[in-house]
Amino acid sequence: MKGVIAGLEMREPSSLDEALSAMRNDPSLVPLAGCTDLYVALNFGTLESTRFLNLWSIDELRVIEKSNDALSIGALTTYKSIIQSKLVRKRLPMLISAAREIGGAQIHNRGTLGGNIANGSPAGDTLPVLAAADATVVMRSADAERRVPLTQFYTGYRKSVLRADELIVAVEIPSFSGKQWFRKVGTRAAQAISKVVMAAVRSPRPRIALGSVAPTVIRLPMTEGALEEGAPIQEAQRILMDEISPIDDMRSTEEYRRRVASNLLGRFWAETE
Amino acid sequence: MHASKIASPLAVGRNVPRKDSAEKVAGAAKYVDDLVFPGMLYGRTIRSTIPRGRIAATRLAFDQRGFVVADYRDIPGRNVVALIEDDQPFLAEREIRHTAEPILLLAHESRDLLLRAHVEIGYERENPVLDPESSPTAFKSLAIDKGEIEDGFSEADIIIEGEYRTGHQEHIYIETNGVIAVPQDGGITLLGSMQCPFYVHKALKSMLGWSDERIRVVQTETGGGFGGKEEYPSLIAGHAALLALKANRPVKIVYDRAEDMIATTKRHPAIVRHRTGVKRDGRLTAMDIDIVMDAGAYVTLSPVVLSRGAIHAAGPYRCDHVRVRGRAMMTNTPPNGAFRGFGAPQTQFAVEVHMERIAETLGIDPVKLRETNAFRPGDTTSTGQILGEDCSALDVLRRAVRRSGFRTRQRRYAGTNRGIGLALFYHGSGFTGGGEVRLASKASLGLTERGVQILVASTEIGQGTRTMHAQIVADALGVPFDDVYPVQPDTSNVPDSGPTVASRTCMVVGRILQQCAEEMKTRLGGMTPREFFAAHGPMIVTSEYEGPSGIKWDDSTYRGDAYSTYAWACDVAEVEINPDTFEVRPLKLTCVHDIGKAIHPVLVAGQIEGGTAQGIGYALIEQVVMREGSMANAQLTNYTIPTTLDTPPIDVVIVENPSRYGPHGAKGVGELPIDGPAPAIVNAVRSIGIDLREIPAVPEIVMKAIDLGKGKTDARHVPL
Repeated sequence: MKGVIAGLEMREPSSLDEALSAMRNDPSLVPLAGCTDLYVALNFGTLESTRFLNLWSIDELRVIEKSNDALSIGALTTYKSIIQSKLVRKRLPMLISAAREIGGAQIHNRGTLGGNIANGSPAGDTLPVLAAADATVVMRSADAERRVPLTQFYTGYRKSVLRADELIVAVEIPSFSGKQWFRKVGTRAAQAISKVVMAAVRSPRPRIALGSVAPTVIRLPMTEGALEEGAPIQEAQRILMDEISPIDDMRSTEEYRRRVASNLLGRFWAETE
Repeated sequence: MHASKIASPLAVGRNVPRKDSAEKVAGAAKYVDDLVFPGMLYGRTIRSTIPRGRIAATRLAFDQRGFVVADYRDIPGRNVVALIEDDQPFLAEREIRHTAEPILLLAHESRDLLLRAHVEIGYERENPVLDPESSPTAFKSLAIDKGEIEDGFSEADIIIEGEYRTGHQEHIYIETNGVIAVPQDGGITLLGSMQCPFYVHKALKSMLGWSDERIRVVQTETGGGFGGKEEYPSLIAGHAALLALKANRPVKIVYDRAEDMIATTKRHPAIVRHRTGVKRDGRLTAMDIDIVMDAGAYVTLSPVVLSRGAIHAAGPYRCDHVRVRGRAMMTNTPPNGAFRGFGAPQTQFAVEVHMERIAETLGIDPVKLRETNAFRPGDTTSTGQILGEDCSALDVLRRAVRRSGFRTRQRRYAGTNRGIGLALFYHGSGFTGGGEVRLASKASLGLTERGVQILVASTEIGQGTRTMHAQIVADALGVPFDDVYPVQPDTSNVPDSGPTVASRTCMVVGRILQQCAEEMKTRLGGMTPREFFAAHGPMIVTSEYEGPSGIKWDDSTYRGDAYSTYAWACDVAEVEINPDTFEVRPLKLTCVHDIGKAIHPVLVAGQIEGGTAQGIGYALIEQVVMREGSMANAQLTNYTIPTTLDTPPIDVVIVENPSRYGPHGAKGVGELPIDGPAPAIVNAVRSIGIDLREIPAVPEIVMKAIDLGKGKTDARHVPL
């Protein structure tokens, strides 16, 4: 049922420091930015929080830059900015592929990379890209900054190491080589939630990440290991099917997800030869 | 200057501007949720959360200050939504037959307080019936018999059997259901989004036990219906009226999308079984068809949905021996109801996929099989109706085959992951059998200072009613299109021209308006409307439907002329299947539709394109996931309809083989386009070698069909 809107409170910090100190003083504040996920929960009456912190105007979190040799993308970078970024196109084209397939123009203008990470849906389309790219999540509180690899960021279904007084401020992607590959399988050709989503890098040490096939986004170390050791693709596909743990839900079935994930691995391998 | 001396260009057949385009494009058109009345409250419906059982206790667990609460005891008249059977209550008394059944109504001036109000309902649960085939209750059974089925089977060289399944479908009109009830002067006015103001009027009269003139129903600008606003608005209007009368204040109820999807009607799922006798050369000798439709918890319109489905079940094919048995079964799910096509999409899906399987079995080209069997003028349908020259089955088939390059593509796609398939189909225009005569619809034209006013209960729901009616009237009167204007359907101001359903608004109501215009022209005696008005003041002309002579129908035996005319069409679908994901992507649809006469070609093409897109969704994407009798994916995020990227180029060809009855030869067009895409697409998939017999053919279903076809030994890597 539709949520109640009256009685909601929102604070509008003008800087990152102000936002972080507000969060230290009041851990009940829920940060929001593009609201592309949060408003859905609000509309369905499933959002418990009533107090919010609007990060939208904190432009310092919108920077895309090279930092040492890594690519650093600010948490408030929208999908639109990602799609338009020459730097991202050069360094991480599979992130552009993912961003293009998230929602439509309205979502591209509002949805943010940090929001996709914070929301923590196993179907988040940028997450396999970040996992395959060995990205690091940069978090900051009023007191300190810390870095956690994306593959260690999630601790369970929609659960992460992010503390109530912390904000995701950026993602750092180290330089790497190899062909990048991305494929999303949704319930229709556009504007759909993923049933299976895969990002992968073809290099001597292949990297493979999948979404919507486990409680969180996952890397597939065993499948990667087999491919690295030169196992035939069919063998790697068998390993993949054991390495994932998809479920039946209203969008698809366990069997379909397993089969399609395996087929996508085969397609990735064939297309990046 | 005298009007007869001005050659005003004819409006019919031209793409004149829509009567409502300026307001809609500017965002000025007022929909029900745009309207606010002084002192207005908002209404909310408390619904059952179990599929079957009895209400044990209800408790209002909130501070009731400022609230108005109504339940069944507040109904002064009869607690049934008057339609076909008197079984569905406005508000449940004790028995619960489906999830989301209305139990209590709340109203408050604050939407937030309304949403926060918590009502506890205790139940005695019973086991729900969710499988229509194991349901003990048939709401309607019917039989159609032509010839002697056993004679037909004894003439056959081969007998081919098959079972076909179709799912629910949601209407997804852009505007959800909504009404406002305004009590005034001892009566009540209902304003709302609806297709049939007089259905609402009838239901309210029965619920309130009031006389006609105390109830006024006004259709507000309506954002789509597709059948979903045929019968349902009667229920929500009853709710708003109860609250408004109890509060003595206006009450607005507008559903949000989730409530609309969980609570309102959907297309009937169906299981159709065919057993068909054929000669080796493809001639049909016997068609034995069994139809089971899932009606949901109350009768609503299921008997007539079943009826139209059964009449169309044998497809547009000649066969001397036909037996059709149909049942609409009760289940403990929200009632299914009217939806564009009204039973025909389900049964024509089955017969067209079955025809494809007959072609495959006999090794006959699917076009050839259909050419052999397609109706010609003079043939008789399963109900014994003799078809006239307005039968175009063979013509649309041949045009569609040529236009799409069917045979070339068939060869080109052979052995690839692409396929091509077709469906030949038809749709009876207007109410079934004697329905139109029983309705005895009326329409009026008013001569006013401004010009000529169209007074009908037919609603504009996006399909172009206002424009198309004005075109017909303008030409019949010989006045410019701009001098004819529509009025808002309002039961206190317009005659009952019947519901806006059944592809009848142009053919039937348009024809009555044409009669009105002809009579008005006679009365004008050569004067222009302005000259006449200046000399004599206003004039109103009313006309009533006159059934075409020679049309006979017997409802007890299902024999006779089921419809005064049929529209005919052939769709060709080209598809590609993704070997990794089992997704079927339509590449192109060619739609050749004989609709008699295109009064407004652009609007007609719009109906065909829109119906085809909706048919693509029905075929491939739109899946209502039911869990314990309730829609689990009641969100647009998870019940997905086709986007532009899911909709391929649609090549529309309009054929005009006139009917004797409609204005300018027009037949119905609204529903025809939804009947063909699903079987055409599934047949295209079949041509790739995948034995698909079920829709929606979501990739999960296609994957299983591929597995069954190839054996499960190496199903992981299907070479397509």
